[in-house]
Amino acid sequence: MRELTASGQTVEEAVQSALEQLNTTRDQVEIDVIDEGKKGLLGVFGSKRAIVKVTIAKNQIQETEKFIKEVTGNMNIDVTIQTTVDGNHVTYELSGENIALLIGKRGQTLNALQYLVHLALNKDGKQFYTVTVDAEGYRGRRRDTLTSLASKMADKAIRLNKKVALEPMPAFERKIIHSALQEHGKVSTYSDGTEPHRHIVIKP
Amino acid sequence: MKALIETIVASLVDHPEDIVVTETEEDTKIVYHLTVNQEDVGKVIGKNGRIAKAIRTVVYAARTDAKKRIYLDIM
Repeated sequence: MRELTASGQTVEEAVQSALEQLNTTRDQVEIDVIDEGKKGLLGVFGSKRAIVKVTIAKNQIQETEKFIKEVTGNMNIDVTIQTTVDGNHVTYELSGENIALLIGKRGQTLNALQYLVHLALNKDGKQFYTVTVDAEGYRGRRRDTLTSLASKMADKAIRLNKKVALEPMPAFERKIIHSALQEHGKVSTYSDGTEPHRHIVIKP
Repeated sequence: MKALIETIVASLVDHPEDIVVTETEEDTKIVYHLTVNQEDVGKVIGKNGRIAKAIRTVVYAARTDAKKRIYLDIM
């Protein structure tokens, strides 16, 4: 339960009752007063109860950091997380032993985790964030690999004078290739197929 | 393993109290059967099973020293 509408004789009472039901304290909630209520005559006639909506406000980013810690802990991987926020983009840098297990083949596991983290982070917050989950600089290394793959495949396309299709990749990896070849005068790139099989095609 | 599944799923659904994970051991694999509140089914499966796939990928990666394969059955 993260949101509750409560009523009481006064606004104050309504808030208190909501806090009790949510089992939380005032500094962790956002309060919207829907109706301030009316005292009425002698507190009996024509009185209107006060209604408030109380929402548990939480720090999405910190909560999500905890979530990553819990997940990795349950996988028996001990990680330290470094979180950086840049506008509405959040980067979680994981490091620790056995991190390879978390990355998986071609970053499969890391990408799956990133997707789950993205969902967890944006689940019930008002602010929308984009997320990168990185492990021991994997994303940076992958970027270098993809950039060199891009130029190699572009050469191949030119040499064969034929379209070259790459293997399916997630959107942010395709973007790396698109931008790597954007300045390349002799080839153009586009994506083909539907997710999750969407892949890059390099056309001479 | 059960805790891992529960942690992940709890972060996705609206009714975390309704998550049930049961474990059955078969000859060659260990099957984890996951059920969630009726309203949350879509949230653990996702469009084209995208979320379900992500959950499975992470869970399968966590298989540590157990010799058996693991399998996650959703609903």
